[in-house]
Amino acid sequence: MAEAQNIPVGSTTAGSIAVAAESTVATRMSAPPSFDVRDFPVPHGREEEWRFTPLERLRGLHDGTAVATGEGVTVEVEAPEGVTVETVGRDDARIGKAGTPVDRVAAQAYSAFEKAGVVTVPKETVLTEPIRIAVHGEGGVRFGHQVIELGAFAEAVVVIDHTGDAVLAANVDYILGDGAKLTVVSVQDWDDEAVHVAQHNALIGRDASFKSVVVTFGGDLVRLHPRVSYAGTGGEAELFGLYFTDAGQHQEHRLLVDHNAPHCKSNVVYKGALQGDDAHAVWIGDVLIEAKAEGTDTYEMNRNLVLTDGARVDSVPNLEIETGEIVGAGHASATGRFDDEQLFYLMARGIPADEARRLVVRGFFAELVQQIGVEDIETRLLEKIEAELEATV
Amino acid sequence: MATLEIRDLRVTVEADNATKEILKGVDLTVKQGETHAIMGPNGSGKSTLAYSLAGHPKYTITGGTVTLDGEDVLEMSVDERARAGLFLAMQYPVEVPGVSVSNFLRTSATAIRGEAPKLRTWVKEVKEAMERLNMDPSFAERNVNEGFSGGEKKRHEILQLELLKPKVAILDETDSGLDVDALRIVSEGVNRVRETGEVGTLLITHYTRILRYIKPDHVHVFAGGKIVESGGAELADKLENEGYEAYTKGGASE
Repeated sequence: MAEAQNIPVGSTTAGSIAVAAESTVATRMSAPPSFDVRDFPVPHGREEEWRFTPLERLRGLHDGTAVATGEGVTVEVEAPEGVTVETVGRDDARIGKAGTPVDRVAAQAYSAFEKAGVVTVPKETVLTEPIRIAVHGEGGVRFGHQVIELGAFAEAVVVIDHTGDAVLAANVDYILGDGAKLTVVSVQDWDDEAVHVAQHNALIGRDASFKSVVVTFGGDLVRLHPRVSYAGTGGEAELFGLYFTDAGQHQEHRLLVDHNAPHCKSNVVYKGALQGDDAHAVWIGDVLIEAKAEGTDTYEMNRNLVLTDGARVDSVPNLEIETGEIVGAGHASATGRFDDEQLFYLMARGIPADEARRLVVRGFFAELVQQIGVEDIETRLLEKIEAELEATV
Repeated sequence: MATLEIRDLRVTVEADNATKEILKGVDLTVKQGETHAIMGPNGSGKSTLAYSLAGHPKYTITGGTVTLDGEDVLEMSVDERARAGLFLAMQYPVEVPGVSVSNFLRTSATAIRGEAPKLRTWVKEVKEAMERLNMDPSFAERNVNEGFSGGEKKRHEILQLELLKPKVAILDETDSGLDVDALRIVSEGVNRVRETGEVGTLLITHYTRILRYIKPDHVHVFAGGKIVESGGAELADKLENEGYEAYTKGGASE
């Protein structure tokens, strides 16, 4: 559509890049959003929203056979003073306000969770320390629901850390009051066997800013749906993502920014590195500019760096514009390859092969890491990237 | 005194499911302080010689020896060769997205010198070397070779030559694609390095033009995968006037 651009720069021999033609965000889902799992047929794998996902590795999250174990997955919240941390029942009014499940696994999580976590930062409270939520698996199966709500003009950083081994389906709601500022860093640092499917719903208040940083390293299968909509004018969303997909891993990030209010901004930047046989990264970037969203300014970008043969990337940016009265809209997707010629060039300057690969990957991620703005996370990420490289070189 | 000795070097390459011999017994000795020009028609194997010496994986060594000060170069990996003192200025330097020139140069200098250069003196060293090559300081922040013009790529190669101070520098068609101004700047860079007397230079070229700026001690004619004639600077004049025809007749060349 107008002003859209796809720039696939250098695909790979083993990897591939798919760029979708126009398609309608809403109609290509196999069922409309719903809180009830029964409204979604069990997927068979050919549906638009499931076609990249290996269903057989979902451990039954998609067909009703996964059963919560009650234990084996723990959630611990560490919050600075002034923050309210609650565990509430299903009838709490704050649950489900930010968005509705869009696929069967999200609806399954919503239909199956027993208690929800609610973290509230009162209005005008500015936190100087992050809220930390540690989700740790010891082999259990869990359906979760977490709400994080900021009152008007509150400011907070939330770090959600996923470690260990678990089968987890969850919905996470971020509700931003007017003028609030929320940064959320969701780290998927799972062990090799973990399966994690989640929908993140952000509802951005008038003049509020939301920054989401999604970092995916681990897991057998990780499939996340970060979604944004606006409750008023002047909202801003920055969605950053970084993934490092190893041999055999499936890491899928499906984004939607729904510009449903005038004069809002969004900026999406996701970058991934892949290495090893059957490493599979999927990136779907949907941006919808509704007819009433005049003055929208949006850009989305996905970059992939394929380090070895045998890895596969599917990258599908998708921009749908219903009004011409906008400031800007664009998208780009590119998959590049670290090839033998680059390696030769760096080695011919005395740089050993492992160091050369590190140099390239560090350079690829550096700019994005610097945007996170949470120092201990930045340091940890850089260390993690180093470790990922060490593991294979 | 550093010496690169090439003896009966034979090299093949795989192309179209066939093995093709490109170098058919190359003999050459390059000593520190000397400049050798290797001249030859397209397809004679000049670049294969350059890339084989640097260790490009595409080429298979099937015979002969290469030593640098008695050390077996052919046994070394690509990076080991560079650290031993071999430098190849490439005809087509590749882009390395995400890696800035300044980061690249420092990482390379650290590897070659065996320790990280002291930051303050290093910044000055790079800045001055760039000024001598008429390179804008903003260059340092660009990604390696990304979006560089042909002339910028070659200046960047010579910048590395000046900073890395190799024992033997192989310049593979550094003059190709350069206009006269760029050729002069690049040649001046090469001459600065030569004037130290500490580098042996192997200048591979198709044209005699660059030899007006860089005066060789020895000129070798390369045809059909080996050196077919050697002489002094006067041999270049002969080539200038007569071309390569005398060497390519009779199927001597590929």
